[in-house]
Amino acid sequence: MASRDTAGLGVGRAVAFVSPALLLIGVFLVFPALWTIYIGITDYALTGPSSVAPSVVGLDNFVEALDDALFTNALWLTVVFVLGSAVIGQNLLGFALAWLLRGARPALRRVVEGLVLLSWILPSVVVAYLWIAVLDRDGGTLGALLGSPGTAWLVEYPMASLVIFNTWRGTAFSMMLYGSALAAVPPSQLETARTVGASGWQTVRDVVFPHIRGHVLTNTLLISLWTANDFTPFLLTAGGPNHESETLPIFIYQQAIASGRLGYAAAISVLLLLVNLVVAALYLLLLRRRS
Amino acid sequence: MMRGKVALAAAVAGALVLSGCLGQQEEADSGRNADAKDVTLTITSNSVEGGKNELGAKWVNDWVIPEFTKRQKDKGVNVTIRHDGVGVDDADYKAKVALDFGTDIGGDIVEIDGIWLGEFAQGGQVRPLEDVVGEEVDGWDGWEQIPDAVEALGEFEGRRYGVPLGTDGRVIFFNKKLFAQAGLPADWQPTSWEEIISAARKLKALPGVIPLQLNAGTAMSEATTMQGVLPLLAGTGSEIWADGKWQGGTEDVRAVLDVYEQVYRGGLGDPVLQQEAKGRDRSFELFAQNKVGMLLESDYFWRSVVDPTTGVAKMADRDTAVGWAKIPAMTSGSGVDGQDFVSMSGGSIRVINPKTEFPQQAWELLEFMNSAEATKARLGDTAQITQREDVNAEVLAGDPMLSFIAEEVLPLTRFRPGLADYPKVSTALQQATADIVAGSSAAEATAGYQEALVKAVGEDQVSGG
Repeated sequence: MASRDTAGLGVGRAVAFVSPALLLIGVFLVFPALWTIYIGITDYALTGPSSVAPSVVGLDNFVEALDDALFTNALWLTVVFVLGSAVIGQNLLGFALAWLLRGARPALRRVVEGLVLLSWILPSVVVAYLWIAVLDRDGGTLGALLGSPGTAWLVEYPMASLVIFNTWRGTAFSMMLYGSALAAVPPSQLETARTVGASGWQTVRDVVFPHIRGHVLTNTLLISLWTANDFTPFLLTAGGPNHESETLPIFIYQQAIASGRLGYAAAISVLLLLVNLVVAALYLLLLRRRS
Repeated sequence: MMRGKVALAAAVAGALVLSGCLGQQEEADSGRNADAKDVTLTITSNSVEGGKNELGAKWVNDWVIPEFTKRQKDKGVNVTIRHDGVGVDDADYKAKVALDFGTDIGGDIVEIDGIWLGEFAQGGQVRPLEDVVGEEVDGWDGWEQIPDAVEALGEFEGRRYGVPLGTDGRVIFFNKKLFAQAGLPADWQPTSWEEIISAARKLKALPGVIPLQLNAGTAMSEATTMQGVLPLLAGTGSEIWADGKWQGGTEDVRAVLDVYEQVYRGGLGDPVLQQEAKGRDRSFELFAQNKVGMLLESDYFWRSVVDPTTGVAKMADRDTAVGWAKIPAMTSGSGVDGQDFVSMSGGSIRVINPKTEFPQQAWELLEFMNSAEATKARLGDTAQITQREDVNAEVLAGDPMLSFIAEEVLPLTRFRPGLADYPKVSTALQQATADIVAGSSAAEATAGYQEALVKAVGEDQVSGG
């Protein structure tokens, strides 16, 4: 026992030290999750009779969800959104920026980093307003630049617009993370690669990647989870047209607030939570296998 | 591992014990704080200065609050009134109000759409005025001034829950300038759906003009049902709720969806506009810019949208450029009760939050807000069909559009059933039109509607199909 107590605190004091943190986690994380599960097995509603006297319906909500074409649609769109904008979009663009900026002049580097960061730190509402202005059908900047106004990008290409939007929005994090990860690659190895005549791609693949694999996994995990739970697309398309960009968080919102079905929405939230846990577990497994 | 399971089980058990709180409500004494000398009241409404329903917001801020405060002060009561006014889409406002009712921070007097009353009443979020305030409510002299059909907006299962603000009627608004260009008369009055379609075909020849704005899709929410589907359905002779059942995927619903198919698959309307997140606001702007030929709307459009001074999409030449016509039945005499023309009406009501700290004072304020004096102050120099007949008699004559609604449209009109299931039916109807806009045929949309409706309200509640 004594050998495991490396800090020399003793059990009592150790418990005292972690208990505030555990309490916070309990109150703000574990309890709401359990509460959500509970609401998920009822028919609790925003208005109407079951808002006063909700009854327990067991797993009905979950069974209904699995049979609900709109839920399947939302799940699929979430997968597309995460793969397109996070796993591929933000990852690749973030790495490319970090890689290219490595050798750039400090002034240029600061400017580019500043701009990329700006898209990340601006409030969602401001950003959504700007993007609507860009993609608008009648007076949109994009239409004007292309010289062909009249395309309602958010209606005709909702998911593509959202994937590009979210790539733009979230790349800063990947760029910074890869920026610091690249600093950990020993310059001597890059030097060696250059002397033996390795191409840029070969260098990245055989010299850089082995060093930053852990960072890639961590980064992908974080941005995937953030993207899967992101609500900002609602401000651009509100899930429309006709559910074509209704990712899970938006679907949950629509069910809970617009349709008033709090029980059903809670059940879907639990399913989203499970998806998050599965994704997280998968990444952790990969990380562990690496080490 | 074992310990984890025990902890989980304990937590679940704890949650179940706490869960008694879900949706619970307490009864309260209607006479509470009746003699208070310091009173705070909040009025919640979907109106904001510089935005939606600006006139209503100004009236509350600049007239109701100062006047009522002054009069109470004379009685030795110190009243503070706050206006919790927002200017958002109706669906968002409804969500806000529903969430407010679930907390203790909601307004004391809350403006809601009459059609939401059923849900809120069944959920106990709103209670009969008699229970909240007391029996003196029935003694208010204002009730005599409110026509029964309008008063019914604030009633559920035969009991009074709120005081209506007035009512409206739906017509086809059209742009006379575009009509002239297309060779259509300025006093246009179609007598069948076919005449609307043929006018739309003529307007189609004008470049950059959307011939007909018939609200469709889920983004427009209730505006789709109220301004599109239901007036058309009334024109087939059917009502959405009849003999204890909801209208399923019947021939009449199919006929309505056929019109949508004609309009949106036939290039007579703009399908993209219906799918945009802010499509309804955009359609108003386009109309004001002379880019929409015909548009089905309530007189709200005339009063609050294209009004030259206070509208959200001002039209300087409204009085000469905007025409209106009654909505015809499918063919002459095919409407509900054999009518040639049809319309739909609704209206907002004001209710008292059962959780108010000051039920007596809230009722006093509500009475005050519905007095003839206050109602006239609300209108200023504009016109509107208010809840009070004495006020209407004075104000409507000055406005040709609103006197048209009062004289020609209200006698034909129908109201929606104020039932808790109505919003689900409305959503299913919106989805059916959304399917057509997105490319489905009327037949597919009808089948989809039938299926969605059965799922939403139960097979025994659905007729036809």
